[in-house]
Amino acid sequence: MTTAPAAPEIRSMLLNIGPSHPAMHGVIRLITELEGERVMKVEAEIGYLHRAFEKSCENSTWIQAIPYTDRLNYVSPLINNFGYCGAVEKLLGIEITDRCRYIRVIMSEISRITDHLTCVAASAMELGAMTAFLYLMKAREYLYEIVEEVTGARLTISYGRVGGVKSDLPEGIGGRIEKALQGVEQELLEVDKLLTRNRIFYDRTRDVGVLTREDAVGYGITGPMLRASGVSYDVRKNYPYFAYDRVEFDVPLGERGDSYDRYLVRMEEMRQSIRITRQALRDMPGGPVNVDAEGRVIQSAELVDGAKMGRTAGLANVISTVDPTLEGTERPYHQRIYPDEKAVVLPSKENTYGNIEGLMNHFKLIMDYHGVRPPGGDTYFPVEGANGELGFYVVSDGKDRPYRVRVRPPCFFNMAVLHKMLEGWMVADIVATFGSINMIAGELDR
Amino acid sequence: MGISSGEGPGFITTKLERAVGWARKYSIFQYPFVTACCGMEYMSVASSHYDIDRFGAGLPRFSPRQADVLFVVGTISHKIAPILRRVYDQMCEPKWVVAFGVCTCTGGFYNNYATVQGIDTIIPVDIYIPGCPPRPEAVLDGLMKLQAKIEKQKQFY
Repeated sequence: MTTAPAAPEIRSMLLNIGPSHPAMHGVIRLITELEGERVMKVEAEIGYLHRAFEKSCENSTWIQAIPYTDRLNYVSPLINNFGYCGAVEKLLGIEITDRCRYIRVIMSEISRITDHLTCVAASAMELGAMTAFLYLMKAREYLYEIVEEVTGARLTISYGRVGGVKSDLPEGIGGRIEKALQGVEQELLEVDKLLTRNRIFYDRTRDVGVLTREDAVGYGITGPMLRASGVSYDVRKNYPYFAYDRVEFDVPLGERGDSYDRYLVRMEEMRQSIRITRQALRDMPGGPVNVDAEGRVIQSAELVDGAKMGRTAGLANVISTVDPTLEGTERPYHQRIYPDEKAVVLPSKENTYGNIEGLMNHFKLIMDYHGVRPPGGDTYFPVEGANGELGFYVVSDGKDRPYRVRVRPPCFFNMAVLHKMLEGWMVADIVATFGSINMIAGELDR
Repeated sequence: MGISSGEGPGFITTKLERAVGWARKYSIFQYPFVTACCGMEYMSVASSHYDIDRFGAGLPRFSPRQADVLFVVGTISHKIAPILRRVYDQMCEPKWVVAFGVCTCTGGFYNNYATVQGIDTIIPVDIYIPGCPPRPEAVLDGLMKLQAKIEKQKQFY
């Protein structure tokens, strides 16, 4: 018995990419079905960096949860900090001071620049542009120095506090921020020359990984990815928080929603962030506070050094610092950056160390089973994270620990739409497209 | 060997061993197993500002077969732990492991159901670099300690 010759069988191939793959940022696995070199189906497996964020928050007090938020989007931790603090403040119904609003805007924008720098750098490096990577990392280093000076750490900063920030900006930081911003602008110009009209970069990203307007809205995408698809939505513009309604900036929009547009949107957003930072620095209320007997501005560290060497003449009336490590948290700064809310805000350091009421207030906030206690209820507070709308949904049952801290991470939605952007393209385009999404595993898996 | 006499390794053998140790110390091909926040500091160390290339460790290899040192950078959850073990097993001898950041050293402040409490429960570790994340200077210090260890140890070749 003979059978008719069978039609040539089209067999697809399964290709597993990641999780330990340089382009997958170490923590994501793509299971792709290929026909030849064409990607037919993509399935993303996530969860390799699940660190029990929610459970950890529930087991810590409201203030202790702040360090966990640093490590959500670890490329722009300041925005996460302020987002969480904003949510708790909204729950408590307290208003932060004007100066604190501006400080939060400045630090958020610096953070946003570092995030976009990292994203553009990494995606350029994955396409072979090592020089652009090194230039952008150099620019990021300028900003890390500023962040370190203000917060005391480079990356995981825990700078936000419920009701304010850890400490006021150091004296004379404005000039140094301006210098760093100029450095960043210089590097952006260089990278613009290297990448934007680069034939290889253009061909690899233009019209590749297209995300249509409908898909972007349908999947709940926010941030640069949504704006690259041509939808004008920015939490800073649509639902202004902190002081974003008092600064001027443009929201850059893409036209085609491809990887190249996402690159351009990020580049332009960095320029806009620089613009916002400059305005905020200009408009920020409050001048120098730490002055010597003749009214000259001095650094607190110098004051302490002088006192050690006996240069104490006229110091009795000077508003001085107890310890340089507590710089920015003394009484005069304290009044500028914290509202008058004893149930939430730690007292100034002079009060903590100087009188019993302050000490009691301090310990009532720090000790277990005391602490900040928002009234029962829930609230949602979104901020514009570097990847999109970063929302904190916090639930309180009136105790000193959160009942629940739910995060709306922008990356999670970006990963949901990933298959739409990869299917139908070549294997090599996976790297270009995936790089332009800026997947941050910390906030994706939490 | 003509120069050696009696028990133990001879003159040429010991000198050769030192030469091999010296060479190995400056040709660290690292495999960055980057998962989390520490990766940002790893990028800082690798790029021009801190310049890991000064220590001969500037060339990351993304294949375990070509790598000498496994840099475990970032939190290791129970889900990714088997993959780390597999990468380690695939590396050729001689190999070393650097635990970069406190999550890899002890689990750090992620003392919960999801996180491996120190990668030394899965693979042997040569150098621990604490910090959350460690500063680039701390990383370079750890790298120099690793170099000293590589240079001093018994060389197999």
